[in-house]
Amino acid sequence: MSARNTRGGTEMSQMISDYLPFIRPPMSRFVTERGNPVYGVMAEYETTPDVFHAAEKIRDAGYKRWDVHAPFPIHGIEHAMGHPKTKLPYIVFVIAMCGALGAWALQYWITAVDYPGFTVQGKPFDAWEPFTMIIFELGVLSAAFASLFGMLMLNGLPRWHHPLFGSERFLESSQGKLLIVIEANDPAFDPEETRRLLEETGGREIVLIEDED
Amino acid sequence: MSALHPDQVTAERLAGLRPPAGGRDVDTGLGDGTLVEDPAVESPLVLGNRSFDDVTDIVCGYAENPPPRWWYAAFTVTSTFAAIGGMLILYLLITGVGTWGLNNQVDWAWDITNFVFWIGIGHAGTLISAILCLLKQKWRTAVNRSAEAMTIFAVICAGTYPAIHVGRIWFIWFVFPIPNYNYIWPNFRSPLLWDVFAVSTYATVSLLFWYMGMIPDLATLRDRADKRLRNGLSKPLSIELPGRKYIVIDSIVPDRIRAYVYGFLALGWRFSSRHWHRYEAAYLILAGISTPLVLSVHSIVSFDFATAVLPGWHTTIFPPYFVAGAIFGGFAMVLLLMIPLRALLPNFKDLLTLRHLENMAKILLVTGMMVGFAYSMEFFIAWYGANSYEAFVFTNNRALPTWISDKGAPYWWAYYTMIFCNVISPQIFWSRRLRQNPAAIWTVALFVTVGMWFERFVIIVTSLHRAFLPGEWGMFFPTWVDIGIFAGTCGIFSTLFLLFVKFLPTFAMAELKAVMPQADPHGHGESYDPAYIEESEAEYAEHVREEHEGGH
Repeated sequence: MSARNTRGGTEMSQMISDYLPFIRPPMSRFVTERGNPVYGVMAEYETTPDVFHAAEKIRDAGYKRWDVHAPFPIHGIEHAMGHPKTKLPYIVFVIAMCGALGAWALQYWITAVDYPGFTVQGKPFDAWEPFTMIIFELGVLSAAFASLFGMLMLNGLPRWHHPLFGSERFLESSQGKLLIVIEANDPAFDPEETRRLLEETGGREIVLIEDED
Repeated sequence: MSALHPDQVTAERLAGLRPPAGGRDVDTGLGDGTLVEDPAVESPLVLGNRSFDDVTDIVCGYAENPPPRWWYAAFTVTSTFAAIGGMLILYLLITGVGTWGLNNQVDWAWDITNFVFWIGIGHAGTLISAILCLLKQKWRTAVNRSAEAMTIFAVICAGTYPAIHVGRIWFIWFVFPIPNYNYIWPNFRSPLLWDVFAVSTYATVSLLFWYMGMIPDLATLRDRADKRLRNGLSKPLSIELPGRKYIVIDSIVPDRIRAYVYGFLALGWRFSSRHWHRYEAAYLILAGISTPLVLSVHSIVSFDFATAVLPGWHTTIFPPYFVAGAIFGGFAMVLLLMIPLRALLPNFKDLLTLRHLENMAKILLVTGMMVGFAYSMEFFIAWYGANSYEAFVFTNNRALPTWISDKGAPYWWAYYTMIFCNVISPQIFWSRRLRQNPAAIWTVALFVTVGMWFERFVIIVTSLHRAFLPGEWGMFFPTWVDIGIFAGTCGIFSTLFLLFVKFLPTFAMAELKAVMPQADPHGHGESYDPAYIEESEAEYAEHVREEHEGGH
């Protein structure tokens, strides 16, 4: 295992390494009998409270590379998973401010520097007040782009291929199933131990997910 | 179930788990079970004790099953209108804006009326998505997706008008600050330019908001198509002909197209909770920035008028007045579209309950009174401001009928249509029975839609048609091109909405699931103890019957 893997790596770095093979992490430590590398172990949970409490136990067992897959955002699951608060708001704030500043600069340069031609009610060309509308609009526009694309970037999306999509049962998580997947790349992963932990927390139908490419 | 009602049986019945207590002969006055007046009781948002899979099946079914017959009929009509509108726009561009009924005095008429009408309708979507999200109004999940879709389509219609009304559309790029060989730039102190930025920002942000909300639901549609493909359940495309004959095209498998198209648009979403966490943060930010945006857009639209010195336009009340009117007209359009869908599509009633309709009827009542207040305040200021031109506009151009005075307003009928539709007709919602009746709500929504169109017509045309010099007074009469293009935009709007209902997730499934009782991670939506239910059901039935009889 390389140092990068033991630190966990974000979704974003995983996506980048997928597209750039020369920085791809070493193969999984575990291989199935068919010779496919193991992506992880998947378990199914009956109810939302079940999966919530299971998440707390897996967090406390020290796992880092694992996920809860649910068809809707479960309220407070990020605390149960020990997931750090996202940095997205800071990214959006900085980009929104750049957008607003850019809007001011655009209007100022055009109106006061390059083409001071329109005298409107005798007001100075460099007055900032008439610029506020477009400063606001372009600030909002930049914030909207930043929040959508920033969210996708931090999530490592778009990523149309993923080992999980190979599992037909995984596809049901988009309808009603509540699943927990623990990755084999997790330093705390052990085929026997992890399976037992999932069973103890109420997980059913525990299966290995293979990375078939 | 305790979150729903302290009494287990009532809670069960509210969740749609059982028929009204004590048999069906006792009317508990709860309609479909959601019309509880007790403020301590939270009405269920999804009826019929649906599971997550049920909700998925219902919503995806609209996009996956062949459309019902009425859909084809409606689509034929609306797309015909859309085509006629498109041809007339082409005719207008080739011939010139003289094909409209514009004249020297009334040089803005139906074009800008329709622009403001459509952009106003486009405000309900963002209101429902953003403002109701910030206010934690969970009932928004029933209508937010279709309201957002409606917003996009209304903004498309709205955007058409300013573009075509410039006359020489090949110069429309002058509105953007693009360097050019004439060395000229747009005037950044003009509200018309602010409007360009406001409307295009609004269109873009609404589109992003709508698309982001749809990513998980598109992923659901992708996974369902993918699963059918893997299990060999996908059928080739078959087109039904009259007489129960079918044309089967083996090379086209709709599920394969679905898996690719929905799959491409879903961007590989895999319902990861780590992703959901950032997704919710992004959603909240978008809601937070869209709220001031939606208020700013219609304020800036109102600046187009308010910064002019024309009496009737030059008023400071315009920004809040326009925003209230936009929300009013937008909600009316949401109701106008959703009530028929509720009747026509299977199981729609379980997701869009009577309580949802009642809530929207209440919003119509409130915003209707706001615009009523704005109308009266305009009159008050016309009198209190002691500006004789302003007073003349409000009395002699708008409110004074010609059959009362020779100097009366030729457009008095438009003014009173507006007052009747916008101020008087929503007043029926003071009656609990009427605001819970879908047919009554739909009728009022229709009146409001007409009334809001007349409001913009009154503001624009009655202010313009008689300016300071009586020598330049004139009237505006629409031509067939005016009427045809307006009918065309109605056609474009409805066509796009019908396509949306057929091909995209009509409800925000992920959000709908998140507000269902089973989604609560702390088990407040847990199942029930059958013994207790049997026992307390009998008690409750007795109680209801006693109350019922005691009333006589």
